[in-house]
Amino acid sequence: MIGIINYGAGNIFSLTAALDRQCISYEMVASAVDFDKYDHFIIPGVGHAGAAMRKLEESGMVDAIKAIDKPVLGICVGMQLMTEFSEEGNSTLLGIIPVKTLLFTNDLKVKVPHMGWNRVYTQSDNRLFKGIQDGSYFYFVHSYFIEFNSTFTVAFADYGLKFSAAFSKNNFYGVQFHPEKSGEAGEQLLKNFSEL
Amino acid sequence: MVSKRIIPCLDVKDGRTVKGVNFVNLRDAGDPVELAWQYSRQGADELVFLDITATNERRKTMVELVKSVARQVNIPFTIGGGINELSDADVLLNSGADKISINSAAVRNPDLINQLAAAFGKQFVVIAIDTKYVNGKNLVHLNGGRIATDINTEQWIKEVEDRGAGEILLTSMDHDGTKAGFDTHLLKKINQTLSIPLIASGGAGSMQHFADIFLEANVDAALAASVFHYGEILIPDLKRELRKQNIEVRL
Repeated sequence: MIGIINYGAGNIFSLTAALDRQCISYEMVASAVDFDKYDHFIIPGVGHAGAAMRKLEESGMVDAIKAIDKPVLGICVGMQLMTEFSEEGNSTLLGIIPVKTLLFTNDLKVKVPHMGWNRVYTQSDNRLFKGIQDGSYFYFVHSYFIEFNSTFTVAFADYGLKFSAAFSKNNFYGVQFHPEKSGEAGEQLLKNFSEL
Repeated sequence: MVSKRIIPCLDVKDGRTVKGVNFVNLRDAGDPVELAWQYSRQGADELVFLDITATNERRKTMVELVKSVARQVNIPFTIGGGINELSDADVLLNSGADKISINSAAVRNPDLINQLAAAFGKQFVVIAIDTKYVNGKNLVHLNGGRIATDINTEQWIKEVEDRGAGEILLTSMDHDGTKAGFDTHLLKKINQTLSIPLIASGGAGSMQHFADIFLEANVDAALAASVFHYGEILIPDLKRELRKQNIEVRL
């Protein structure tokens, strides 16, 4: 059973619909006392990373999240929350993975937000991408990106520069794209995560 | 780089698609959910639903539609029509819509753009603009091109971008319905000054028209309705042709 961390940051209807289509069971989790009931966790998130972090702090689940030893998947801003810091509002984040979230700047000569389907290439062998052809397209919507890191980046995309499309450290995983909106490749990734 | 997007647009009234649709293997041509699913299977990158329901039941039918699409379709979609205030957008985004599109409401109340961007993030806010060339000027039009305003289209685009639009959907009323090609000249000019994505709309009649608008104006996406609904252009054929012309598309 997947526990979806419910801290009030945005729309999760599409995520739960995608899990339903894959017959993956899930429940909403709003308190750390319930964490023992779940063997996987998803941290969703849209909007402003700093605002999302404040909501997460208000939920009282921050320390418990950092202590999870089961597979955790952060999606979009949920992934960014796992980093140390975001340029969005100069926010200090969970710091689970020692990398930074940065803004796509003007000198990259790309339109912001990065919106649409982009190819994702795996950097290292990872079970999250099992059965997904390398270079598959995933759907992205974001203005801030997580820097490429040779240790933690497991898949990258290119938008003016190479950035982390997916990263992992121990049991923590994050994807910048929206698997719930990324066609069959996205559904496969959710399925892979649920089987970790 | 991010691929160029192909977007079919569906007009919906009272929860049913209005324009004729001519697909093979379709059980119910009026069912927007089945159509959306078919388009996602064909390789559409995104969908736009334009709701033209005029009854008091509008919001309820829109919410039901959005939920049904989000349950069954695994690509992003935008919903437009009848969004006049924050609460309209809120309920649609929470029902699974990825973006909302506003047109006349933004012209009537430009501050709505700022409010939507602040509340939900600019990536959720698509500003749809209908433009027509009148006496040497591109002017914003309302109600599907029927009502002229004195607002200069290029200035309006600059303003909505500054106010927090995340994307522009620009329909040339001079080209819409002609099947003679997109308004390459205007779209290219607009796109050169824009720092947010631009969707071209109006005039698609052939696969080459799509290739032309991507190659000449470098827009981010192209939207069309009837050429897709009537099966005149099949999305897999279109994408293969675009890729043959070295345009990056998701296949």
